[in-house]
Amino acid sequence: MDFSFTDEQSMLRDTVASYLADHYGFDARKAALKSADGWRPAVWKAFANDLGILGASFPEDQGGLGGDATDVMVVMEEFGKALVVEPYLGTVVIGGGFLQHGAPAGAGELIGKIIAGDATMAFAWAEPQARYNFADLKTTARKQGAGWVLNGGKAVVIGAPWASHLIVTARTGGAQRDLGGVSVFLVDKKAKGVSARDYPTVDGRRASEIVFENVSLGAEALIGAQGEALPLVEQVVDEAIAAVCAEACGVLRRLHEGTLAYTKERKQFGAPIASFQVLQHRMVDMFMQLEQAVSMTFMAHIRLGEAPGERAKAISAAKVQIGRACRFVGQNAIQLHGGMGMTDEMAIGHYFKRATMIENEFGSVDHHLRRYEAASFDQAA
Amino acid sequence: MDLDFSPEDVAFRDEVRAFIAEAYPKVLRGKQQDSEGLTKDDYFSWHRILAKKGWSAPSWPKEWGGTGWTPTQKYIWSEEQAKADTIPVLPFGVAMLAPVIYTFGTEEQKARFLPGIRDGKVWWCQGYSEPGAGSDLASLTTRAERIKGDDGKEYYLVNGQKTWTTLAQYADWGFFLVRTDPNVKPQAGISFLLIDMKSPGVTVAPIITLEGGHEVNDVFLENVKVPIENRIFHENQGWTCAKALLMHERSGIAGVARSKRGLERLRAMSLSEPGDDAGPLLADPFFKRKVADLEIDLTALEFTELRTLAGESSGKGPGPESSILKIKGTEIQQRLTELTLEAAGHYGAPYLRGLPHNIGAIGPDDARDVAGRYFNTRKTSIFGGSNEIQRNIIAKLVLGL
Repeated sequence: MDFSFTDEQSMLRDTVASYLADHYGFDARKAALKSADGWRPAVWKAFANDLGILGASFPEDQGGLGGDATDVMVVMEEFGKALVVEPYLGTVVIGGGFLQHGAPAGAGELIGKIIAGDATMAFAWAEPQARYNFADLKTTARKQGAGWVLNGGKAVVIGAPWASHLIVTARTGGAQRDLGGVSVFLVDKKAKGVSARDYPTVDGRRASEIVFENVSLGAEALIGAQGEALPLVEQVVDEAIAAVCAEACGVLRRLHEGTLAYTKERKQFGAPIASFQVLQHRMVDMFMQLEQAVSMTFMAHIRLGEAPGERAKAISAAKVQIGRACRFVGQNAIQLHGGMGMTDEMAIGHYFKRATMIENEFGSVDHHLRRYEAASFDQAA
Repeated sequence: MDLDFSPEDVAFRDEVRAFIAEAYPKVLRGKQQDSEGLTKDDYFSWHRILAKKGWSAPSWPKEWGGTGWTPTQKYIWSEEQAKADTIPVLPFGVAMLAPVIYTFGTEEQKARFLPGIRDGKVWWCQGYSEPGAGSDLASLTTRAERIKGDDGKEYYLVNGQKTWTTLAQYADWGFFLVRTDPNVKPQAGISFLLIDMKSPGVTVAPIITLEGGHEVNDVFLENVKVPIENRIFHENQGWTCAKALLMHERSGIAGVARSKRGLERLRAMSLSEPGDDAGPLLADPFFKRKVADLEIDLTALEFTELRTLAGESSGKGPGPESSILKIKGTEIQQRLTELTLEAAGHYGAPYLRGLPHNIGAIGPDDARDVAGRYFNTRKTSIFGGSNEIQRNIIAKLVLGL
């Protein structure tokens, strides 16, 4: 049993942390979010060239550094601490995941572009009529010659305004919620028939409502098996959830540390408010939520490679704990900061907003409790 | 013990309902959920219509414009307003300051200030909290010293800073707690002053809150001259006024009728929002259970409030028990916004502040700004005395611990 990080992983953490400390302070981030683009392509380039982190988790024979999900975990936790908005999750974790596991033609070239910082991706899966059911699809891809014609719409596609490519789930057969008939496609964002309405999100990202109108796709756009891609989607999304859990750990750490620091400074009734027992107990409860969240994040990463049923159980269990921790720690961080916690000028509220969005990202607590039950009890029965 | 409406109550309910249906301004309909779009006139217009009808200040003494309604009638009144989604009459003048003036003020002060509050002519803001005095309100340091003016009259010269002052950007006047004696124990050196916000030396600076709104402000007071006759009650006895006001504030924060309306909206929304399977979200047993739980909690609060109202009608003002209403009322409001955000699913994420209403929502209309409202509602367990402070009050004053 070993929960320690390798020297390489520790170095990776230090490198990322020190870059973000220099380039991703609260004010610099705020200015970038307010800019027309809402992100910093220069920072993205630095991730590729100066830090080399975009390739850290890809195999060496694909031009990467030969790391794995643990490297992603390290990067994501540091990103959480700095509230990084750049599309690492969509591009490296999700885009990279589909390209590696689905191995479409031309995957190698595109992975090279990801590692170099020249390709960015967004995952277009959600639809307005669906909640967190990845099979609930009205978007269709109809066979045309050797290729496909894509029609439909996608909701709240995080990072789409910044993406060069979209990864799109679409139905190539079956009825709206059938498990069969789900396929995945790689779509050039500039392809004819792709239109987007872009907007900011409450946690400082950018997203789009996307419409596909008779978008012609070549045969090579298909990722994974035609009509049988739901297991692939589940695998990649589970990897993404593990990464989001790691990000949440970074966010939760900052929420907790910030609250400790503030309550030690803030004096009322002639004493630091951290000396009041009721607030001490609250901060202990926050701390326990954080520690449980970190434990579940480790567990999730360790079990990512298991068979789909076991993996689903582990990932959903972790996401339940992360969701609960995000709510409890986030709400109490604001409460213990009092009025100051409500202001836009203090960082704490921005961590709270991100924590709140993480609660429902790729499924709410309820959704993952249900998925856990299905994986843990229904299959055993 | 019964809750049945008498035939008179039913007639009253019908009268109120018909009046709101007829008199509530059409342009305000639907705006109540969209606080960023409200102008100063929007806030005041319903208040002024009610004032003409004689219904803008039901709880006041009759001689100043109170309606003399029974607790049941007051209950009906808030229910009907909530059902119609009216923009509430702002609490600062009518519900918070006025009881202080008619309880502690001179006849002259009552005649000078109460009509403007009742009629929605003067906008009041509350100058209580300071950067260093939040939960520990009595430690406030805004200083008021007596000086002789050039006109030979006595004034207070006020210096200091107030914060979290809600909607001060619109205020004509403010009621302020100031320190008139720094050499006694904190509560004993405080006075209650009314200050014209147009006085030289008063500066209002916006505080932007985490959801991006501008509701609260810093108010800076720099050598502000305030006539002595603007002090309510005795010098150095302002804490008595302050405490009375806070109890009125707390009992008003519960917002039971509005929460009931909010729950109706949540139920409607979760019937149109999809669940994970083919059915609506409300068919999801997990979600339904949480809505049921909240409804039960709200029912308990409603009956606790009714008991309090019944007690008040026997002549008692709100007591320290009002802290229960504040704690439970704000917790319920917060859970309501939590569940609404959950119900919105993906469409909780878009940030559309500053985008005009008619440009078109992202996702369904009832999901608009649900995250913003969730973030903003975190304030309710902080303001008006944090919920931790309310528990201290109950422990000390109700339980005698």
